[in-house]
Amino acid sequence: MSAPRVTILRTAGTNCDAELVRAFEMAGGTASLLHLEAVVERPSLLREADVLAFPGGFTYGDDVASGAVFAVKLRARLLEPLLRAVEEGRLVFGVCNGFQILVRAGLLPALDGPGRPGDAALGFNDSARFEDRWVALEGTSDLCPWVPRGTVIECPVAHGEGKFVARDGGVLRRMEERGQVVLRYRMPPGVPPGTFPHNPNGSEADVAGVCDPTGRVFGLMPHPERNILPWHHPGRRGASGLPVFGNAIRWVREHR
Amino acid sequence: MGTRPGRRDPRGEAALAVLRESGLQGLTAVRFQGVYLVETAAPAEALRRAAAELLADPVLEEAALDAPVRADEESLPVLTVLRRPGVMDPVESSVRGALRDLGVEAPSVRTGRRYVLEGDVEPGAAAAAVARTLANEVIEEVHRGVDLPTRVPHPAPFAFRRVTVPLRGASDDALARISREGGLSLEVFEMRAIADHFASIGRDPTDAELETLAQTWSEHCKHKTLTGAVTTRDPDGVRSYGNLLKETIVLATERLARPWCLSVFVDNAGVVALDDRHGVCMKVETHNHPSAIEPYGGAGTGIGGVIRDVLGTGLGARPVAGTDFFCLAPPDLPAERVPKGALHPRRVLRGVVAGVRDYGNRMGIPTVSGGLFFDERYVGNPLVFAGTVGILPRSMVAKRARPGDRVVVVGGRTGRDGIHGATFSSAALHQDSERLDAGAVQIGNPIEEKRVLDGQLRARDEGLYTAVTDCGAGGLSSAVGEMAEGLGAEVHLERVPTKYPGLSYAEVWISEAQERMVLSVPPERLPRLREIFAAEGVEVTDLGSFTDTGRLVLRWSGEVVADLDLGFLHGGLPRRAREARWEPPAGLGGPAPEPADQAATLRALLSDWNVCSREPVVRQYDHEVQGGSALKPFAGARGVGPQDAAAVAPLETAPRGVVIACGINPGYADHDPRAMAAAAIDEALRNAVAVGADPDRIALLDNFCWADARRPEELGALVRVAEACRDTAIAFGTPWISGKDSLHNEFDAGGRRIAIPGTLLVSALGVVEDVGSLVSMDLKAPGSRLYLLGVTRDERGGGLLARREGSRGGAVPRCRPEESLPLFRALHAAIGAGLVLACHDLSDGGLGVAAAEMCLAGDRGARLVLTSVPFEGPEATDGALLWSESTGRFLVEVAEGRAAAFEGATAGLPRARVGSTTAEGAGARLLVEGLRGAPLLDEPVEALRAAFLRRLPL
Repeated sequence: MSAPRVTILRTAGTNCDAELVRAFEMAGGTASLLHLEAVVERPSLLREADVLAFPGGFTYGDDVASGAVFAVKLRARLLEPLLRAVEEGRLVFGVCNGFQILVRAGLLPALDGPGRPGDAALGFNDSARFEDRWVALEGTSDLCPWVPRGTVIECPVAHGEGKFVARDGGVLRRMEERGQVVLRYRMPPGVPPGTFPHNPNGSEADVAGVCDPTGRVFGLMPHPERNILPWHHPGRRGASGLPVFGNAIRWVREHR
Repeated sequence: MGTRPGRRDPRGEAALAVLRESGLQGLTAVRFQGVYLVETAAPAEALRRAAAELLADPVLEEAALDAPVRADEESLPVLTVLRRPGVMDPVESSVRGALRDLGVEAPSVRTGRRYVLEGDVEPGAAAAAVARTLANEVIEEVHRGVDLPTRVPHPAPFAFRRVTVPLRGASDDALARISREGGLSLEVFEMRAIADHFASIGRDPTDAELETLAQTWSEHCKHKTLTGAVTTRDPDGVRSYGNLLKETIVLATERLARPWCLSVFVDNAGVVALDDRHGVCMKVETHNHPSAIEPYGGAGTGIGGVIRDVLGTGLGARPVAGTDFFCLAPPDLPAERVPKGALHPRRVLRGVVAGVRDYGNRMGIPTVSGGLFFDERYVGNPLVFAGTVGILPRSMVAKRARPGDRVVVVGGRTGRDGIHGATFSSAALHQDSERLDAGAVQIGNPIEEKRVLDGQLRARDEGLYTAVTDCGAGGLSSAVGEMAEGLGAEVHLERVPTKYPGLSYAEVWISEAQERMVLSVPPERLPRLREIFAAEGVEVTDLGSFTDTGRLVLRWSGEVVADLDLGFLHGGLPRRAREARWEPPAGLGGPAPEPADQAATLRALLSDWNVCSREPVVRQYDHEVQGGSALKPFAGARGVGPQDAAAVAPLETAPRGVVIACGINPGYADHDPRAMAAAAIDEALRNAVAVGADPDRIALLDNFCWADARRPEELGALVRVAEACRDTAIAFGTPWISGKDSLHNEFDAGGRRIAIPGTLLVSALGVVEDVGSLVSMDLKAPGSRLYLLGVTRDERGGGLLARREGSRGGAVPRCRPEESLPLFRALHAAIGAGLVLACHDLSDGGLGVAAAEMCLAGDRGARLVLTSVPFEGPEATDGALLWSESTGRFLVEVAEGRAAAFEGATAGLPRARVGSTTAEGAGARLLVEGLRGAPLLDEPVEALRAAFLRRLPL
């Protein structure tokens, strides 16, 4: 069986594409980069992949708001083929700017079906500024093939607009009930929830990553692809980001 | 658009804090809003839809069209900051593109920030406070009230008229006037050489020719002082140099003849071998004057420029890391000590940090290393250094344009940005600079540069061009003029795409609009090159061709506007030998300060602006993008320890990498510039070696910033620094591979001269085989041994404590390479063999500060015994042992089980066991036993950390 194919969508301002390619390839996939404009010209390219991934970066400068311009382009020119690609059972991954794009475009959390934005947002960090720091994350869902419950990941966050906010308490409750809250920032023992800097941005309920109701579309603010080699962790305590990609590749092998 | 009621508004809260701090009374809250002025014929309904889809987040924000976001704003102070017309707005093009996707065509979009002030605020004071703290009136205007100007200027096209400048027969006074009024920054004897040249060919120069000469002959481009002839007189005798740079810094590199130096002093950046297939290059630039006037844009375009330097090295290197260093006045300087025309250092700090953040982060280049140095003398001339490290295949280090190649410019459009940047940086700033030199302000667009980078590296790998140069200072005039050297070129300036109509041919030619590269492209490869850049959304323009005529010919719609002899352009600059002198500064001497309370001194030093945590700055930089980071800026489980150096592994999953470090000691320059330079070199090397770099694989870069090197006494100091660079580098065996100077950094505060201290920033670039073997500086375990490597002498002169106390006493640290180098080698071997748990270099604040930093980083205690410290000199005192800044020293943590092996690895060298690590966590303390055996200080590590975490006001 050939290696699962990962297509990584990039455009002007994408800048975490190389490390995402590396992560998926180390996990056993075959990853390739595709420019958004090339997909707009030939949307069928999306269906050649087993996994679609939206990397981090500052697409279009993050002008207006992070991911906003990319999301408008997706919705205006590529929404139908993208939704079809998801419906057909592909995995979708968005990290940092990629997560912001999926939320703005309505693919996450997509409580009432994909393509309807407005359930949640990624707002400015409470500190009102970009921050790069290492955080600990814990898997809190059984729904999402990317991250099983109980998984602990250490990796950096690097963003200015990563505060997860649900439209209202009902939205967050429904997400939790369905298992759509996949990753939370993990507090050290004895530290109350929501404490900075363990929760680096003020996210509600310490939410760091979420999935759609199918579990296959997954987005998160922290960067697991930046902890995949032995020297990545500042305390040399293991490349705990790599299993995220291994889980996805294994899932594709099992379900293809 | 603004934040919905009930949602948190972090940008409004940040503005509130800034305005309160500025002294604005009565303020209770600030609402932050985004403003978009859209010129369009689209119906209101379409715009409303676009605002909801694009401009406002559906959960967090609300939008209003042609009205305030909320009704109560009609009666509140509303202040809107808009860019002045004609100032580049990088947001415009992405907003226009996204509006087009939503069916709204907009010929122009202006974007702005709005602050709605709540509380009992006096409107006039509010407007003034916003203008002073949240806007920069050089490039922005502040509007009061909810209504905004909607008139959009659409300038007329340029009406061609060739301008010649009558130089022939002009008197010296007239030549001086022409240079001054034209902003040419040329001296009379240089103007005279130009006049004579044109007299010999029987005509006057055009404005474009004169500008080309001024740009090419500027201090910024030609380094006339450093490459010039000089005779100096100082206590060491009389020395003459024909070319100071060649006979000092370059000479050191030539004499060392390291085989791993692949390209030095010939290209944008120096290149050394990384492995058999790759080279690694580095360049550090200054962007001082633009940052003094507009810190955000100045620092951002400084980063953008040095990234293009690396893109223009060889056939183009891929940037893998960035560095930044700022020298500023203290951020808490009382406002009355800031001279008129200068910005408060806190504003400068905020602006330059934001500029580096927004440019570097958007480019996806990790900012991994750097620093801050505070001294009040930088108040008028902040120094902003920016560096980039890149990698390229070794087969692509050489480049050469050929006759027949097309002259191709790629990247952003040309506007009036930054006209006269090269000559501006070669003149002094003064109290009216803020007003007069706004034209020199450049605005960056990092996403444009990212597109160029993505396209250029693809074109490079397909071999589509023969040479490349960045458009930096002097714009096209410098880039094309440089590439055409030894060849010739013919350029059609009307083809250059402009941001707006109305630019004259001369403006097009010298504009310093950012994000442009010039390529020489064989004609048959141009179609494929166009295809690649088009896929990235980058404009490609064929301007003309390289020739073999030896002439630089410029045309505007067929009319010749310049026809310059390239031999004269590059070789005609007349040289004038300079006189220099140096004497030891007066008023030095006496003892170093001897504090009575060592514990209080330690806490004070840890919270000194020159020591305290850089987290508020560095955390704003993405230092890990690209996934190569192997040693972060901060060490330890809490992520607060100041690391000595950064490491990056840029080759996919391979462990080979580079270590990047720097050294700077302007405080020592007040005692002896030579000691200052040597100590900076030692510090840069020490920092690199402290993490495990191999001292025999380190290359150095120099950046000189001087107040006014035309003054003989300052030139004399500069000569001593250059000599120290030569001697110290040779002694360490570390070649210089690149450098840059900025020699006009003084401020005229209405007749009072404010001169920066002589400043040399040394950057070190080390190649390591395995980044996994490097060590961080945080203490790792209880019960380990602590060793001090290196000899301590009573060298507190010019050091951190002396500067705090305003003391000019004590001896300045001397660098002793013959002592340091064997230690560096032994330490490198010990770290490589896995014998070292943690290592930290001793620098500002000496042993006391270094030990405290290792404790607070590792959250562990330590016990130090000063009687064990190897000391040389007439009389050791507790103060000397704790605070002396003698070079070449490290504090090393070694596990008990490795102690014998470590002692074997360092046998015969100045090394002593000075203590051990103790408890961890809440009970951790740093205990230092003094010479009399009693505890000198016994401080909880938590208290030391609290002192160290004094927050830089950002």
